[in-house]
Amino acid sequence: MPTVSQIPFVEYLVLDDGPAHLVANECASCGARFFDRRNACARCFATEFDRVSIPTEGELRTFTIVAFAAPGVEVPFVAGVIDCGGTSVRSNIINTDPTPDNIHTGMSVRLATYSIGVDADGVEAIGFGFEPAG
Amino acid sequence: MSASDEIFILGINMTKFGKHPDKDVVDLAADAVQAALADGGVTMADMGILAAGNLMGGGGFGQSLQKQVGQTGIPVYNVANACATGATALRTVIMAIKAGECDMGLAVGVEKLSGAGLLSGGNRKADSDTWTPTGRFGAVAPVDGRLGTETMPGVFAQIGMEYGHRYGGVDFELFARISEKNHSHSTLNPLAAYTKAMSLEQIMGDLMIAYPNTRPMCSANCDGGAAAVLVSGSKLKTLSLEQQRRAVKVSASVLTTDPYEEACQVLPDVNTLTRNAARQAYEAAGVGPEDLDLVELHDCFATAELVHYDNLMLCEEGGAADFFNSGATWRTGSTPVNVSGGLQSKGHPISATGIANVWEVCHHLRGEAGDRQIEGAKVGLAHVIGLGSACGIHVLEKSAA
Repeated sequence: MPTVSQIPFVEYLVLDDGPAHLVANECASCGARFFDRRNACARCFATEFDRVSIPTEGELRTFTIVAFAAPGVEVPFVAGVIDCGGTSVRSNIINTDPTPDNIHTGMSVRLATYSIGVDADGVEAIGFGFEPAG
Repeated sequence: MSASDEIFILGINMTKFGKHPDKDVVDLAADAVQAALADGGVTMADMGILAAGNLMGGGGFGQSLQKQVGQTGIPVYNVANACATGATALRTVIMAIKAGECDMGLAVGVEKLSGAGLLSGGNRKADSDTWTPTGRFGAVAPVDGRLGTETMPGVFAQIGMEYGHRYGGVDFELFARISEKNHSHSTLNPLAAYTKAMSLEQIMGDLMIAYPNTRPMCSANCDGGAAAVLVSGSKLKTLSLEQQRRAVKVSASVLTTDPYEEACQVLPDVNTLTRNAARQAYEAAGVGPEDLDLVELHDCFATAELVHYDNLMLCEEGGAADFFNSGATWRTGSTPVNVSGGLQSKGHPISATGIANVWEVCHHLRGEAGDRQIEGAKVGLAHVIGLGSACGIHVLEKSAA
């Protein structure tokens, strides 16, 4: 059970409303979904949004295994795009070996959380990735 | 001056791409500009507009250039559209001529990128002491490496792998073979930064940057510049027969950005905007992909070249792998792609590329490409794409003169 000393890595990861899941801003006019703070819908220009939950299971549409990244970024890691019931999510594939033999497009994955670290105030940041759903 | 319908390239030049430690960006731009002006038999006095691109430098690049090559008080547009900057400079000059504001103009793009390393989001900042949500995602720490990747090789690797997910027939070896083709082509191009053939085994065994892109499958960071003099058809008729003979017709000049598609804000969609630009370009030029004698497209990574075969409609939808495997895109094939060596071996000084690939096509259309001449070339297409995104396509035709 998440406590007040946890904070999600990004605002669209929800920890305190049932099992961990992602939410998106869904355009109230056309249904387009976005994960960031919006000024308007990029598809239909409307300005009203509803908060919707995204399925936690999905299919890996594409990936890469990053071996070189900016200083401070741990490598190798698997970056990918997951199709969660029709909504595309950008994430890392975690809890599995980051090798080409082990990862393939079309594989089933599910949301998983992990600790990023505890800050000076004792607050734990929780991140998310997707792990093989076997 | 009235609005003009026809646009020609009167003079054009690219510098050798590579390391130029003793030249600054203005030197490289001046080299390209002075050569392009000489190639066209004109001077700065004849230019009615200058569009200049240099992404890595500070502002006012066009003005800095003018102070070295000729200050005549003409309007300067300093342009930027990521890797489509060069095409944007061409587009800007063409628009001014079409609008009747001048009859001749200069487009230039230059970059110093030797030793630049990864073009990504720069250094990832260290996490701060306390978790504080910031930015549009309310992130408590920088997202690069935690939520996917910001690196270009990684982004374009995903773009190529996604094509495979949709259509199949795609693997690491296929992408490496595309790189093998371009490195082979580069051996005939003395202006390329790298002119070494590489075997499939060498390419696949080289340093992995972001699977499946190894180092030789990534565009080469280098220094370089390119410049073009554009002229209206009516002005061209008043010039010498030799100038008219070597002028290359710009049958289409198109710029698009990425329209909304699901997932486009999650992984850049380089497909829709390229297809849209290609459609507009073919329609404006009155040609189809089957009419193209050569194509210089944006192989920022080997994984990118594959998807653009499809986006530019060089093959049927979903058929890019089969198309490549048929040999069609080698210089000996039915649709030679990147006979210059492409960005992977010719190099990619970002702002110069959109003009340099037009130079390559012109070189063949004028019959001046020597050892690497595509015989009888009459129609060519140049394509660049900058992430964000912007796509520039020019269709060029041998002058009837």
